[in-house]
Amino acid sequence: MALSIVHRATGVALYFGTLLLVWWLVAAASGPAAYAHVQAFTGSIIGRLIAFGYTWALIHHMLSGVRHLVWDLGYGFKASEREWLTWAALIGGIGLTILLWIVAYVIGGGR
Amino acid sequence: MSAPNPTSQKSMRTPLGKVRALGASHSGTSDFWRQRLTAVAMILLMIPVIVIVMSLLGRNQAFATQTLGSPLVAIIMLLFIVASVWHMKIGMQVVIEDYVHDEKIKLVSIIANNFFSIAVGLASIYAILKLSSGV
Repeated sequence: MALSIVHRATGVALYFGTLLLVWWLVAAASGPAAYAHVQAFTGSIIGRLIAFGYTWALIHHMLSGVRHLVWDLGYGFKASEREWLTWAALIGGIGLTILLWIVAYVIGGGR
Repeated sequence: MSAPNPTSQKSMRTPLGKVRALGASHSGTSDFWRQRLTAVAMILLMIPVIVIVMSLLGRNQAFATQTLGSPLVAIIMLLFIVASVWHMKIGMQVVIEDYVHDEKIKLVSIIANNFFSIAVGLASIYAILKLSSGV
């Protein structure tokens, strides 16, 4: 299954995506002006797309990683189990990402 | 190798026994274990971290500072940061070792990976500590 390369790709994306996390935290520590820059970026179309992509990469990488942990423990090697785990990671990753963003818009929209 | 010297011989393990399971990196499976350890840590921390980030959506810097600087939130964030930079450093090293075959480029890449991961980690930790101390 081609999903193992997706696990790697999302891992590499998350690696460079930490720059966004660092920028956010350092801006919060720097002051209101710096923080406003971050919020302007995350509020823009491109910022939203990156943040959405980052959310998906994180959730997918986590679920796909759980799959690897299951295999590390010696379970889930049957063909049907492998298929199930893979689809669960794929569908769960997309589903949870959309759910998180719905919650985020509900919470964020009220402010 | 010189002939075995009875006075300096402190172990009864054979040379093969000493290197077995250590692999080409000579450090054994510690990275493998730490990659799993940090993964499990982040799974446990994922829900609290999502709640923290969600609570800050649309809020201003003053609110973010207050939240990120409160002890419980700061500790959760610090744990998550340490686990993630450790995890990503090991992960990127595996990717480099798999795809970069030129020894010089590989060495430079691994050094850059270490620098990047440590810089990201330290900058994040500094920011959290600064918010926590209220300076």
